[in-house]
Amino acid sequence: MAKAIKKGKVEAVKSHLSSPWASFVAILVAVLWTIPTFGLFVTSLRPQTGINSSGWWTVLTKPEFTLENYSRVLFEGRGATPPLSQYFVNTFAIVIPSTIIPITIAIFAAYAIAWFDFRGRNFIFFGIFALQVIPLQMSLIPLLQLFSGGLHIGSVTVIPSFGITGTFIPIWLAHTMFGLPLAIFLLHNFIAQLPRELMEAARVDGADYFKLFRQIVLPLSIPAIASFAIFQFLWVWNDLLVALTFGGGKRDIAPLMVRLAEMTGTRGGDWELLTAGAFVSILVPVGVFFALQRYFVRGLLAGSVKG
Amino acid sequence: MLELAARQSQLEQAASKLTGLVITIIVFAIIVSLAFYLAERTSERVQRLVKYLLFLAPALIFLFVGLIAPAIRTLYLSFRDARGDNFVGLENYIWAFTQPEILQILRNTGIWMLVAPIASTALGLTIAVLTDRMKRPGLVKSLIFMPMAISFVGAGIIWKFVYQFQPNDRVAEIGLLSQIAEWLGFVPTNWILTAPLNTFLLIVVFVWIQTGFAMVILSAAIKAIPEEILEASMLDGASGWKRFARVTVPMIRGTIIVVLSTITIGALKVFDIIRTMTGGNFKTSVIANEMYNQSFRALNYGTGSALAIILFLGVIPLVAYNVMHLRRERSER
Repeated sequence: MAKAIKKGKVEAVKSHLSSPWASFVAILVAVLWTIPTFGLFVTSLRPQTGINSSGWWTVLTKPEFTLENYSRVLFEGRGATPPLSQYFVNTFAIVIPSTIIPITIAIFAAYAIAWFDFRGRNFIFFGIFALQVIPLQMSLIPLLQLFSGGLHIGSVTVIPSFGITGTFIPIWLAHTMFGLPLAIFLLHNFIAQLPRELMEAARVDGADYFKLFRQIVLPLSIPAIASFAIFQFLWVWNDLLVALTFGGGKRDIAPLMVRLAEMTGTRGGDWELLTAGAFVSILVPVGVFFALQRYFVRGLLAGSVKG
Repeated sequence: MLELAARQSQLEQAASKLTGLVITIIVFAIIVSLAFYLAERTSERVQRLVKYLLFLAPALIFLFVGLIAPAIRTLYLSFRDARGDNFVGLENYIWAFTQPEILQILRNTGIWMLVAPIASTALGLTIAVLTDRMKRPGLVKSLIFMPMAISFVGAGIIWKFVYQFQPNDRVAEIGLLSQIAEWLGFVPTNWILTAPLNTFLLIVVFVWIQTGFAMVILSAAIKAIPEEILEASMLDGASGWKRFARVTVPMIRGTIIVVLSTITIGALKVFDIIRTMTGGNFKTSVIANEMYNQSFRALNYGTGSALAIILFLGVIPLVAYNVMHLRRERSER
């Protein structure tokens, strides 16, 4: 009852505060924000001659559309350059392991830091938090040297090079390493808040640390895992720097973003291919974003700074 | 016929990559399950140790190999020559702070760090306040937030098209900015080539993406302001603007600072936008871009590392602030 009254009051305050003027300005801003993307989309559907001779806004009076740009950019290679569909496959081959591996390792660590009693626990936690913010530029050169040449001290080989250069493996490993600090931080915040009684009751029932993890921590952490998974997925999908550095310029492992950045440099005038290609690359993350916006926002609010 | 063969080989390549992907995931799952299976079957005394080995060690090893050790090595390399063979003292740093091109780059990075966070946060806050006063803000917020999902590369292409300039007078403009300038009676120029305007045009792209982030975080903070306080200020007869300046902003001050510092870090490290839109030409380059060029184009690990260290020094105050903030928050709990 009291709650209902309170709710009524809040509504009253809210309705007093809501103003048509504010709505109007907000809608205007939203439209303004969407126009550039909309322009790209319209352009990608126009025939090449139209794109280069008139602005995309003229379709309002002279509509003329085609899907040819998409079929050309997706399926027609040029010389040694494969078509964009191949890069699309590469992006998938990079994104999925680069999301699964860090999440697995991070949830283990988050559980350990939150629930194991050991000295230096706080130190490790703050250390990992600080690592989040350190620019990944700090790691690029040494990590690349490690992946291509292994690690040697004098003439002794400590870590061999394994010959992984030119495969997806260096990109997966790099994304795992760079994603871990944020992953551990977010998951730790969640796992640390699981009710102590629940954990202790399970311990009394004879569950060891491994069973506890499998039967309680993991199932209860699904929402937090989902939040981070979306982050990491979007981050890796949209990444240029890591793929550029650790892909070594190899065409057969380069993801969409590397190809698109290359296209804007070398074929900056081919707007029919660039707009269609860009739209293809945007489609998946924006789809994921709209479908799982709730989890994404939750992850953002949990406090995140990505290196 | 030839085309058919080409498509055939494309399909085969894609299939082999996807098979490799599935095998990788299966192998990873088997390794993890096997580790669990074995660990659970050890005696309780052994488990006390094994649990650290399984749960904590992988993360610590990855963090050490991937972030901590490389950071130390980068510091070391920044005092050595191009191939890391000889000690050169502070030469790379002197180079960074005396070369006119690099000074230009440092100045640009400074502009980014100053303008981008303030613009994004101010816009985000304005929109958060506006949408807070809407009955159904869902769609509006989604549209403004959406660029967050778009890559910097994709955004770079979107905006490069907006800034497109047609040098031939007889052909119609196809870039929106040029067309708007024409409609307003100005003569459009080649925007992307015009320094220092172009740096600000690139910042617009970044702000376009980050405003959504600022809006979402600030909007949540505004919602968390206890309604009693708002009611009280309304009873006091505070007008909309006064309420905003005297109640809303002070109440969410902490969040505003977090948003500002997060976006500042992002602006300091901006790379993809520059790479896609100008390639660092026309006086638009920034530290992260030059670091890449020095390291992987010019193959000078010395100067590349020095630039990485300068970048790192830029984030240190922000890291320190964030850690202190977190410490305080945790001790309050």
